[in-house]
Amino acid sequence: MIPSAFDYYAPKTLARAAALLKQHRRKDARLLAGGHSLLPLMKLRLAAPGVVIDLGRIPGLNAIQESKGKVSIGAMATHYEIESSDLLRQRCPLLPETAGAIGDAQVRNRGTLGGSLAHADPASDWPAAILALDAELEVQGPSRRRTIKAVSFFVDLLTTALRPSEILTRVRVPVAPERSGSAYVKMRQAASGFAIVGVAAQVTLDPDGRCAAVAVGVTGASKMAFRASATEEALRGKRPGEAAIRAAARLAAEGIDEFQEDIHASADYRKHLTQVLTRRALTKAVERVG
Amino acid sequence: MPISKSVGARIKRREDPRLIQGLAHYVDDIHLPGTLHVAILRSPHAHARIEKINVEAARRHPGVVAVVTGRGLQDRIGLIPCAANFPGMKTPPHRILALDKVCFVGEPVVAVVAEDPYIARDAVDLIEVDYDPLPAVASGEEALRRGAPVIHDDQGKDNVAFTWEIAGGDVERALREADRVVKHRFVQQRLAPIALETRGVLAQYLPGEDQLTVWSSTQIPHLLRTQLAVMLRVAENRVRVIAPEVGGGFGSKLNVYAEEGLVAHLAIWLKRPVKWIEGRRENILHTIHGRDQAGEVEMAVQNDGTITGIRYTVTADVGAYYQLLTPAIPTLTGLMLCGCYKIQNVAMKLTGAFTNKMATDAYRGAGRPEATYLIERMLDIVADELNMDPVELRRKNFIAPSEFPYTTGTAVVYDSGDYTAALDKALSIAGYQALREEQARLRAQGRYLGIGVSTYVEICGMGPSKAMPAGGWESGAVRVDPTGKVTVLTGVSPHGQGQETTFAQIVADGLGVDIDDVRVMHGDTDAVQYGIGTFGSRATAVGGTAMVLAMQKVKEKVVRIAAHLLEGNPQDIVLEDGKYFVRGNPTKALTLADISLAAHVANNLPPDTDPGLAETHFFEPSNFTYPFGTHVAVVEVDADTGEVEVKRYVAVDDCGQVINPMIVEGQIHGGIAQGLGQALYEEVVYDENGQMLTGSLMDYALPKAHNFPKFELASTVTPTPVNPLGVKGVGEAGTIGSTPAVVNAVVDALEPFGVRHIDMPLRPEKVWRLMRKKPRRS
Repeated sequence: MIPSAFDYYAPKTLARAAALLKQHRRKDARLLAGGHSLLPLMKLRLAAPGVVIDLGRIPGLNAIQESKGKVSIGAMATHYEIESSDLLRQRCPLLPETAGAIGDAQVRNRGTLGGSLAHADPASDWPAAILALDAELEVQGPSRRRTIKAVSFFVDLLTTALRPSEILTRVRVPVAPERSGSAYVKMRQAASGFAIVGVAAQVTLDPDGRCAAVAVGVTGASKMAFRASATEEALRGKRPGEAAIRAAARLAAEGIDEFQEDIHASADYRKHLTQVLTRRALTKAVERVG
Repeated sequence: MPISKSVGARIKRREDPRLIQGLAHYVDDIHLPGTLHVAILRSPHAHARIEKINVEAARRHPGVVAVVTGRGLQDRIGLIPCAANFPGMKTPPHRILALDKVCFVGEPVVAVVAEDPYIARDAVDLIEVDYDPLPAVASGEEALRRGAPVIHDDQGKDNVAFTWEIAGGDVERALREADRVVKHRFVQQRLAPIALETRGVLAQYLPGEDQLTVWSSTQIPHLLRTQLAVMLRVAENRVRVIAPEVGGGFGSKLNVYAEEGLVAHLAIWLKRPVKWIEGRRENILHTIHGRDQAGEVEMAVQNDGTITGIRYTVTADVGAYYQLLTPAIPTLTGLMLCGCYKIQNVAMKLTGAFTNKMATDAYRGAGRPEATYLIERMLDIVADELNMDPVELRRKNFIAPSEFPYTTGTAVVYDSGDYTAALDKALSIAGYQALREEQARLRAQGRYLGIGVSTYVEICGMGPSKAMPAGGWESGAVRVDPTGKVTVLTGVSPHGQGQETTFAQIVADGLGVDIDDVRVMHGDTDAVQYGIGTFGSRATAVGGTAMVLAMQKVKEKVVRIAAHLLEGNPQDIVLEDGKYFVRGNPTKALTLADISLAAHVANNLPPDTDPGLAETHFFEPSNFTYPFGTHVAVVEVDADTGEVEVKRYVAVDDCGQVINPMIVEGQIHGGIAQGLGQALYEEVVYDENGQMLTGSLMDYALPKAHNFPKFELASTVTPTPVNPLGVKGVGEAGTIGSTPAVVNAVVDALEPFGVRHIDMPLRPEKVWRLMRKKPRRS
């Protein structure tokens, strides 16, 4: 449980952090956010970066603010800060609900949104919500900023669209529209609390009670999180009654040919859970439309 | 100073303030100047020959003081001991560090000693070992198949470690003459004990004084002292073992481990303090495991539900080497195979099998949970076959209260019991009939409620020395200072059981002092007379009794001196509210402090009375004790996902007299949590090549608080005649009773799906697969 030796930097500005990241690329420099993915790997010596750059001293990186119909959440916001944010509870309740489903109180007090997303563990909870909300991820490189859409962010197992010297700085999500409801439903892996499968859904109804917008993000099931597009398609324009949701949820695994398999759950079971939990998430989301 | 009666009161644990505030001292909290630190290179292979070890780079690494291999150590230190011995048993030499071959993942191969733990760990990565991998076997039953790789080929041609049998009555005849024979196969998975504090050892050798001190997170400081003296070939009176604060053991620290011998040896050799603290991954790889039995039960049954015989044929996967009690653990399953029932025809045939895994040994319950699980599962299966209510089948076969002491078919003598009383109480709290009605109502809605009952009896208060591999007695001493403060020195070694509180309660009442004036000391072999330790739910039944008998000797002397000072007769001295006085004359009274001062000043003592006020007693129990009870689990199974929700949990336990109900309830809570853990979540998984797949708590699923409802606890009190306190023991009962209750409940829930049994742990996927077919209408 003792990591290999490494150099530690605690820059005070984002620019300095980005510069350090570039400067120490050859030493496999890694960013430290809440430390709940990186540090366990280092302690088991499954990761042995020569340089660790701690983002914890950079002011403002955990701010949660609303502007122009969007809520932006600093990458260093802890799960607990998101879970307990009144602004988010009112304006984008899917995020606090997802945050509350992560790990345990200790993990939520230290782990961060940005750290979790950048690590891209296929069983982490955030990707489901981030995908369902069509979030935009703001990224700081050594010389320029750019924005990555959620749907392009997750590239493969433990791999994101971040370039080696880029830092994820904020996540922007649209304020939940009128007449919308959302839910995050997961089955916890009994040991780790990670998602065996987790499904985030947001449904917006038109004044007639038909689905104007449906978004379903699925995590844990496959090597990276995905949108259940066939399910969304099937419900759009329909009244989300029990039968319609059931039929649509059956399509949740469509287009995914490989499901994760480990000692906790087989691929078959994960596929089945994808459908069951999609049905439950959609049902809950519809019940919550306000 | 008014003193109410302490025994039986809900007194808060006096241990807790220091634990909660972080003021306690575990091994790793003890810092000696100049301490060296050990890191261990462990085998990544389940089975391999060691071709070559190159430690040169590690040795040259700055800050490294020594690097030792099995070859370097073999002439300097003895083997890791096993206290069990059966005729014909193979005992492969169990070395501190592997010599020519490794036999399981995690086996220690090279030890690095360095100025700090970081250097030591870095240097481990510089060691090169050439292994020649061999085929491995990772299941007991596989290991016994023809053609399986033989792990200890110097010991014989197969992996049979030992065989053992127990029989009573005529089971063959019972099976032949039964109306029906019900058979079932059961697999009881391997578990990791996972004490909150991992193991750790610190050793210091003072050459001038020729004194070796070893701090170890152990349950048995005295036995460890003896074993270390033998292993290290040093005089036992030069060895002091201290069990400081110990953060749980659950049986896993009832042992003598490689690292204890290694660290003690290094401290002598290097003449500097040496410390090793186990990591969690090491803890899962190389601290003993529990359970791991697979076998078949055959039960002889009459059509009216009378059970006439039971036979169990079992393979116990013991791992690659024995630890202290490895072979003895599954024999306890044999002793308790008949449970609460009048079954006089019984037999168990046990085969211990070597595998390329860590040793199994005592884990909370140690052999008895296995027995209770088998018989309680079988009773449900038989009830199902006979179309009887499982509760009625139990009642029909119970040993009646009038039949105690009751000699079982396995020749143990149950001390006392009233199984029906506990059963009735549990069913009444649970509302059994109403639950059955609710179950029927919910089934009609496609919801699956299950009700599981387990009626258990277990064997503890270990135990008579004749039946134990290394002594079953215990010691206690009671000393009164001249100022009247009392010190208890107990040979047991509490590590969560609360005896600093319960023993003080007993002494406070017995000697008439405030509980805060009683100090309970344990765990330091230089301070405390020899003792056996804490395991097998024995500390109060055996250690408490030793203390009480020592206290009675003190009390007798106190009364004699009081009578002398008060000019009365000893038989007229009464103790009330902390005052000793002659009956009828309470105004002329003495406190224990007054009397103790007189005993120590010693210029006015009764004739033939020695000065001082301290007594020691060594107590040998005449029998084990047999706690019992009924647990009822109510679960609901999610038909879509197979998830099991424990909705209610009722436990009625009878552990005899209760010293402190709060501590007893705490023990039962923890016990139920671990029993449910086995039923629902926990399993040490090795793949078929012997690689560990559950090497961290991210994969080894411990139960969590949110997994459980609030437990509904109650008790009955049937004192044991085995000791004057009437106490039986409660450390393991919760674990023993709970596992089958939960599995019975889940199988009951799945009755519409024609499910007869599910092997543990009842993971959602396993349950879901059994629910995929259409339920039959009830």
